[in-house]
Amino acid sequence: MEIPYTYKPRPDTGLYNAKVGIWLFLASEIMLFGALFSSYILLRVTSPEGEWPLVERAWPHGLLNIPIGTFNTAVLITSSVTVVLAWAALKMNQFGKFRAYMLVTLACAFGFLGIKSYEYNEKFTHYELRLKDGQVHTGHIEVNGKHAGFWDFGSIYNLDRLGKEQVKEIAFTADPAKPKPGEKHAEGAAHEHKKMTVQVSDIQKLDAFILRNHTFFAIYFVVTALHGLHVLGGALVLGYFAFPGASMWRKNPEQFTNRIEVAGLFWHFVDLVWIFLFPVVYLL
Amino acid sequence: MSTATSTQHGTGHAHPAHEHHHEHHEPGFWQKYIFSTDHKMIGIQYGLTSLLFLFFGFMLMMCMRFQLAYPGKPIPVVGGLLEALLGEAAKGGVISADLYNSFGAMHGTIMVFLAIVPLAFGAFGNYVTPLQIGAPDMAFPRLNMASYHVFFWGGVLMLASFFVPGGAAKSGWTSYSPLATVAEFSRPFNGQTMWLIGMVLLITSSLLGAVNFITTIIQLRARGMTWMRLPFFVWAQFVTGFLLLLAFPPLEAAGILQLVDNLFHTSFFLPTGLVVSGQQLPVSGGGSPLLWQHLFWFLGHPEVYVLILPAMGVVSEIIANNTRKPLWGYKSMVYAAMSIGFLSFIVWAHHMYLTGMGTKVATFFQTTTMMISIPSVIILTALFISLWGGSIRFNTSMLFAVSFLPMFGIGGLTGLPLGFNASDIYLHDSYYVIGHFHYVVAPGTIFALFAGIYFWYPKMTGRYMNEVLGKIHFWGSLVGMNLVFAPMFIQGLRGMSRRMSDGGATYFGADDIALKLNTSITHAAALLAVAQIPFIINVFASIRSGRKVEGDNPWNATTLDWATPTPPPHGNFASEPVVYRGPYEYSAPNAQGGYISQDQKP
Repeated sequence: MEIPYTYKPRPDTGLYNAKVGIWLFLASEIMLFGALFSSYILLRVTSPEGEWPLVERAWPHGLLNIPIGTFNTAVLITSSVTVVLAWAALKMNQFGKFRAYMLVTLACAFGFLGIKSYEYNEKFTHYELRLKDGQVHTGHIEVNGKHAGFWDFGSIYNLDRLGKEQVKEIAFTADPAKPKPGEKHAEGAAHEHKKMTVQVSDIQKLDAFILRNHTFFAIYFVVTALHGLHVLGGALVLGYFAFPGASMWRKNPEQFTNRIEVAGLFWHFVDLVWIFLFPVVYLL
Repeated sequence: MSTATSTQHGTGHAHPAHEHHHEHHEPGFWQKYIFSTDHKMIGIQYGLTSLLFLFFGFMLMMCMRFQLAYPGKPIPVVGGLLEALLGEAAKGGVISADLYNSFGAMHGTIMVFLAIVPLAFGAFGNYVTPLQIGAPDMAFPRLNMASYHVFFWGGVLMLASFFVPGGAAKSGWTSYSPLATVAEFSRPFNGQTMWLIGMVLLITSSLLGAVNFITTIIQLRARGMTWMRLPFFVWAQFVTGFLLLLAFPPLEAAGILQLVDNLFHTSFFLPTGLVVSGQQLPVSGGGSPLLWQHLFWFLGHPEVYVLILPAMGVVSEIIANNTRKPLWGYKSMVYAAMSIGFLSFIVWAHHMYLTGMGTKVATFFQTTTMMISIPSVIILTALFISLWGGSIRFNTSMLFAVSFLPMFGIGGLTGLPLGFNASDIYLHDSYYVIGHFHYVVAPGTIFALFAGIYFWYPKMTGRYMNEVLGKIHFWGSLVGMNLVFAPMFIQGLRGMSRRMSDGGATYFGADDIALKLNTSITHAAALLAVAQIPFIINVFASIRSGRKVEGDNPWNATTLDWATPTPPPHGNFASEPVVYRGPYEYSAPNAQGGYISQDQKP
């Protein structure tokens, strides 16, 4: 006996096996991301009141780049549309069109990942500085005259590393002060990037916007990285079907079309996670 | 997709070899035994691997039991081996406190995730489910293979973790933060890290398995196999599949977060201002230890039912078959299993009464906990009533299946005081808890699994297991299990805490009854170990020298798993089975032999 319903739907359920399988898998994925979102909520509601970085463990707001995040959302939604169009093209027996839409989808996928890594790098090179006299700044640092590119440093500076490398002072470019709600920018002054030289012996804490610095960064990086891995995994599967796996189209077009449908369902799910993720970590 | 390799070997095909030589050659050793996509071979792979882990987990426990009875004395027989393998931690063959903690954590992890679940779900589920629903294989055979291999490497990682500096995970099988993170804080890659990576692999394997099982049961039921004609075993596997599918991912998330805590020193589960050995920990703080407990027990409680439901499924099949009567209340059992599945998702915080949730939340979880005992009692009662008035065949598998009922009953009933927070606050983390859940899992689930092995062995091999050895195994195990676990209730009520490596010597007076019981429990454990020897001999010797079965249906059973050739070939059924009736048409008047198979035409 052969395994039935590998691509023909079973009459009473109306579904072929892989479609049941992918929906079940997506249910488990919802529980996975659901747990992470719940963790996010719990960490956030138990954080102290106040404005970060003035209050040390308060929940930061507005640290992420909203225009770039919005653009990235658009990129991912576009890929969700094109993946459906690719499937529809197969249904209409237009293989060339299928491959074109798949290429757009893949371009969007890797575009998304590229933009995300640019955003990551922005955070890796952005620092929180606490001085022993109580002053708190965020900004960028220069050590031994070298600008704070993450890739230039090879790793991220903190107080330990400054001590080990026997650095006595660093240059610090502070971010412009954020306008208070309801208050207008004082002309010029607020936009000023204040430059200063900081003695290492005066520093209480120096760390980049990375996981160990704050639970906000920790959960932000873990959830977006896990989402990024899903994007990468989905892109690899779609890429496989668009090129080497496409030989199945000639042998069994129905099964091949089903495969695209199933991969597309996963892709929509990845998109959907981002649609929740974007407002939660960027906007709220 | 053309994997119909050995489907009909032996039936003497007279086709010229060149016509389809790609189809009919015998698969090589690797393809047949290691990278098999046949659900029966994968089931056997799961079975053998999990039995090995069961044995290994048992041996860890034996070492711990010796240490509890004779603290600080070198372990006989394996003491030297332990010292040679683990060095300082087992100096002079004596288990150090750290090693005791490792053994405790790994005993729990191995027994739950590497022995019982893969045996109940991976082995029996894989072998029996497709046969009982009349399917040629699982819906996704390659996914099935992947599931086993991921499981296997997860197990290898767990075993390897004993040999990394600092030793294996030692923060209990529950791995509560912050202890799990700070135990080896200066060494980010430690036994706990390996434990977490191992767990992520095991969870992934379970997820792949769950997707596969549910899809198979929904899609591959034979013609006429409607939902209410499914054997109860299949229902139990179906609900178990959903539990694994939906409860495991939160633990995967928790595992990832704790892994990040360990490797990158984040503070998901570390509170603000945590001081360890007089030093403030150099982390940001702001996390929540309670979060770990919620995520862990969100899996942890459904996991209990992952352990027990397949066991109930196995027992139901065997009881119906050996009482020669239909199961009493089949439909209520099905609905009870579904209710258990649903309710098991909303009882998790009854493990956390002591961690401080407030009385309102505790009341909610007390209520749901009491509610979930109702469907469990329904199933147990239905099985008890099924025995009523039957002329019972007491073969080894039936003995194990019948003794499951009172043993699981004791385990369940002793759980009630733990479900109320007033009494739980006293009993929490004591040996009472150990006694309770071991009654559920050891003489409960493991007995059911033994029963299943004796029951389906003839289908797998074509030979019976030896009844005399089987009965020695059964009586030795029954006496041993009870002598091991019943005294733990007394120890727990006297206040003995569960994780003390000296067995409570620093807590009790030397002539306290709780301390004396430590020694007797260890002796009983030795008896239990000896009682397993006939089983091990039986499993291996019966492959070659067991009595041969007289036909494909040696137990005169009604379900489709006995309607296949013995052992079932690739593809299972000689022709497509069609189902005409319910699963337990025993005691049918006018029927030949008193029973009617599901596929017998009306």
